[in-house]
Amino acid sequence: MLKIKDLHTHIEQFHILQGVNLEVPDNSVTVVLGRNGAGKTTTIRSVMGFYPNMSGEILFQGKSIAKLPPYTVAKQGIGYVPEDQDIFAGLTVEENMRVAMRREDDTTLERQEWLLDLFPDLREAWKRKGGHLSGGQKQMLSIARALVNETPLLLVDEPSKGLAPIMVEKVMEAMNVIRETTTILLVEQNFIMASQLGDYFYMIDEGRTVFQGEMQLLKDDEVLRKKYLGIA
Amino acid sequence: MELHLTLIFNGLATGMLIFLLAAGLSLIFGLMSVLNFAHGALFMFGAYMGTWVYILIGGWNSPWGNLNFFVGMIAAALIGVVLGYLVERFTVRQVYGNHLRQILITTGVMLVVAELVKVFWGPNLIRVVQPEFLQGHFLVGDVRLTYYRVFIILFSTMILILLLFMLKKSKIGVVVRAGVENSQMVQALGINIRKVFTLVFIFGTMLACIGGYMWGPFQGQVNPGMGLDLMLIAFIVVAIGGLGSVAGSAIAAVLVGLSEAYMAYYFPPGSLAVNMLIMAAVLLIKPTGLLGAGR
Ligand SMILES: Nc1ncnc2c1ncn2[C@@H]1O[C@H](COP(=O)(O)OP(=O)(O)OP(=O)(O)O)[C@@H](O)[C@H]1O
Ligand SMILES: [Mg+2]
Repeated sequence: MLKIKDLHTHIEQFHILQGVNLEVPDNSVTVVLGRNGAGKTTTIRSVMGFYPNMSGEILFQGKSIAKLPPYTVAKQGIGYVPEDQDIFAGLTVEENMRVAMRREDDTTLERQEWLLDLFPDLREAWKRKGGHLSGGQKQMLSIARALVNETPLLLVDEPSKGLAPIMVEKVMEAMNVIRETTTILLVEQNFIMASQLGDYFYMIDEGRTVFQGEMQLLKDDEVLRKKYLGIA
Repeated sequence: MELHLTLIFNGLATGMLIFLLAAGLSLIFGLMSVLNFAHGALFMFGAYMGTWVYILIGGWNSPWGNLNFFVGMIAAALIGVVLGYLVERFTVRQVYGNHLRQILITTGVMLVVAELVKVFWGPNLIRVVQPEFLQGHFLVGDVRLTYYRVFIILFSTMILILLLFMLKKSKIGVVVRAGVENSQMVQALGINIRKVFTLVFIFGTMLACIGGYMWGPFQGQVNPGMGLDLMLIAFIVVAIGGLGSVAGSAIAAVLVGLSEAYMAYYFPPGSLAVNMLIMAAVLLIKPTGLLGAGR
């Protein structure tokens, strides 16, 4: 589905990514792990096309999307859930969804219904402004918004960050449903969530891919987890 | 009492005209953070172009005077569309994200447009009169209401309602509001924000040109300096109202219009100073302006 080869990204004068390699197989959940500041967010944002000065290759369904502007990347069918959700605070939940809709046809509205069944909280908050939502509701809206169009690939940046455990639980349940129809690249520091959802993992450290494999490998290897994540 | 009613009425008319100038400026600033110093010059060019057409086809004295006035207005709107497109496409688009360059390049556009006006129409003012059906006044109690001012208030209010309705209900309106908050996220949802911005720029310039055209008969003349004078006031209005907020611009424009009317009566030289004071006071209490979202 997605292939990243030798990705280098500079932000201002800093050489942030120094060779990220990563592959997301079709119908999988692939998790990116790594300490704070390792370059996980930068990797996802590079895929989205936010850094036109990047170098390396990014293939989506076999076609190069490297250096395409973000709106073109999104239009190819890549949904993006940013680290801080980026809900439009002055817009209602309904309007947030509407901004994302490429077409307002039956198929899209059906998808929206499906998403609202998945996140009943959003249906309840339908007319409420984005700025007045709870952290969990914002996260749900950000995910729903990214999925309202036909979306073969979803990029999600730390969906559990700052959420109450009950909300983490809800988001995780929803992701379990979403994965049935959508390939997911997930950045997640919460190891419970990462290990429950993930089929494969990539470990990024100091802007490089340093380790990869099936998630089971990481579950079994306490030493590795300690070394790169500082958790047992 | 009637003095105050008259001043309020006059202030309302001035304010709503200023609103036409400020609305586009506010959206352009709010959506793409572009400092458009050429806005006033575009307002002036619209005024000249519309007035020129108005006069060319017979002006206010012809039997078609009333119709001529609206033909002039349409000409002003059309030149606004063309100018808006050209200025965005060939100058502003090159300098997104760089305020210093924006100031330099839009100031350049301002100077060029101002010189063009002098080349085409000379440095002197051109006299222009309302069409017949808007001449004169009527009395409500003892308050004199001139038809032209009533027309300005009604017309601009209609534009305001239309604009608010579009922002609230249409897809492009929702996208513009989202873009004012976070244009990067709008792009990440598959929308080419540049296209949206070009549209907003064209639309804002069109409103300014219509406003400039209507300003002519209001003052009885158009002149090459009119853009500059009003530009500063428009920026004040944008700051008071909040970047990117159309409703905020409307409230602020009326506020400034009222202060203009009162100062013109009591102490004309202090007019700008009072507007500055209003701005300072509002920004002190609410730095994002009356209805600005802030970032
Ligand atoms: N705009 C920026 N300017 C300068 N440095 C930046 C910028 N954005 C990110 N960085 C740096 O790039 C590195 C990678 O950041 P990134 O956000 O990708 O890390 P991350 O793995 O997502 O971390 P976290 O777990 O904290 O979200 C960090 O060292 C960060 O300080
Ligand atoms: Mg991050």
